[in-house]
Amino acid sequence: MGVGIDVQNLNAWYGSTHTLQDISLSIPANHATALIGPSGCGKSTFVRCLNRMHETNPIARATGVVKMGDVDIYEDANPVEIRRRVGMVFQRPNPFPTMSIYDNVASGLKLNGFRNKAILDETVERSLRAAALWDEVKDELKKKSGASLSGGQQQRMCIARALAVDPEVLLMDEPASALDPVSTSKIEDLIFELKRQYTIVIVTHNMQQAARVAENTGFFLNGKMVEFDSTHKIFTNPKDKRTEDYITGRFG
Amino acid sequence: MSTNPLHTPPPLQDSAIARTPRDRSPRRTRLNHIRRHLWNRIVMGLAVLSTIIVIAPLVAILFYLIYKGASSLNLAFFTHIPAPVGEPGGGMANAILGSGIILGLASLMGIPVGIAAGVYLAEFGRGKLLGSAIRFTADVLNGVPSIVMGISIYSLIVMQQKHFSAFAGGVALAIMMVPTITRTTEEMLATVPHAIREAAYGLGVPKWRTVLSVTLKTASPGIITGCMLAFARVAGETAPLLFTAFGNQFWSFNMNEPIAALPLQIYIYAISPYDEWHRLAWAGSLVLIVMIMAAVTLVRIYANRGVLKGAS
Repeated sequence: MGVGIDVQNLNAWYGSTHTLQDISLSIPANHATALIGPSGCGKSTFVRCLNRMHETNPIARATGVVKMGDVDIYEDANPVEIRRRVGMVFQRPNPFPTMSIYDNVASGLKLNGFRNKAILDETVERSLRAAALWDEVKDELKKKSGASLSGGQQQRMCIARALAVDPEVLLMDEPASALDPVSTSKIEDLIFELKRQYTIVIVTHNMQQAARVAENTGFFLNGKMVEFDSTHKIFTNPKDKRTEDYITGRFG
Repeated sequence: MSTNPLHTPPPLQDSAIARTPRDRSPRRTRLNHIRRHLWNRIVMGLAVLSTIIVIAPLVAILFYLIYKGASSLNLAFFTHIPAPVGEPGGGMANAILGSGIILGLASLMGIPVGIAAGVYLAEFGRGKLLGSAIRFTADVLNGVPSIVMGISIYSLIVMQQKHFSAFAGGVALAIMMVPTITRTTEEMLATVPHAIREAAYGLGVPKWRTVLSVTLKTASPGIITGCMLAFARVAGETAPLLFTAFGNQFWSFNMNEPIAALPLQIYIYAISPYDEWHRLAWAGSLVLIVMIMAAVTLVRIYANRGVLKGAS
């Protein structure tokens, strides 16, 4: 089951650049929340703060409170634990090139020392089915390299890989921006399915995509969150002039 | 410009293309065609020539060794120890085994240290003082003449122990292997895309595990090549062994005693005044080079085993 995320006064820096300024919002459990905004506005940094991926960059740091359920992820847990509970799908599919499809999907469990073959088999199948890829790859699971799949298949495999560790939250950083329209629509269908079980945060440049998949949408601009509301409200009746300008294509 | 109106380009004065008008007359086009093909031939010829220049020395050496050494190769060469002066026959069995032992020791010590240092440089030591110091040391160490390495190990190990030993020879070769392996490992790890590391971090895999199971594995073909290069380089080294392994005319299996090695044996035989020994030196050289090639090939085959369909 998904879990809600409560963010209070989140600030983030890369070196001396203040990329996120005082972000506060509540992401409800088992819903999809979209983050939109022009390039460089901080939305990717924001999701990377939600699984403490931001701090893997040596010059980066963050302050503020991020609560997943009752857990303050910056106070009560170490980054490795958090990343097991918060899955992430990246902009470009990033399969492990030396691993088979099976090993790619099982990697989160295997690399954490999990060895039970029956459970691994079952998890791989369940995850690939959840990512709508099972039927396309089931015959060559262990023979084919994960890197040999098409871009859209690779991205769905990466989603399966993230699901295999059974996270509560799924962060998607422009998951479809490198894909063709058919693969994109498959990923969007997937998000619809997945939000029954997971809390989803999706960063997107595609406003139609935000409107199609997300219940709530946040608009970021220059490191600040301008507006956060139901997707319907944001796209039909935004409160802020800048949001309106952005969604109507007047800038950005 | 051609006078044939049919072949005059249309006046596209406003477009970008029109700014560089091109003569498209049939004659001109044909000349261009010929010129391009001529250049293609010339450049291709140069590339082939360079390839031949690169391969020729190896082939020449190999054939010369076969010509000079093959006739002295027989079963005794691989099964017997050197015969006393004046007696015909004898082989280099102890030297072949000795080389195997010394190189095995050197690889056991040099490869793990070299790879570990490379991992530190690439994954943990970026921009740190210690990292730069190690990198600099490795580069300098790479340039240390092998005879100097021999003398250093002589004073550090042989003088302390008061006897020559296979172990001292192994250490000398191991130290010579380390810088090559370290720098190749570092460079190969640097070519692994950051996205692949992030994929592992994103799954909650700790950094040490990511380095061991993901990054190193992805870079392994290049790292193995680096190890093989280092191995092949020290396999033929004579100078570092002169004062360490020292050589031995008899069987030795003790790491604490002087041991024979192919390059040493070749050296001793080659500077001797006996024709029989000269022939054995040629045969030894042939065996040495074939053994190095066989080792490199075997490792490559082993490393390519289990590569998946469509793996990049």
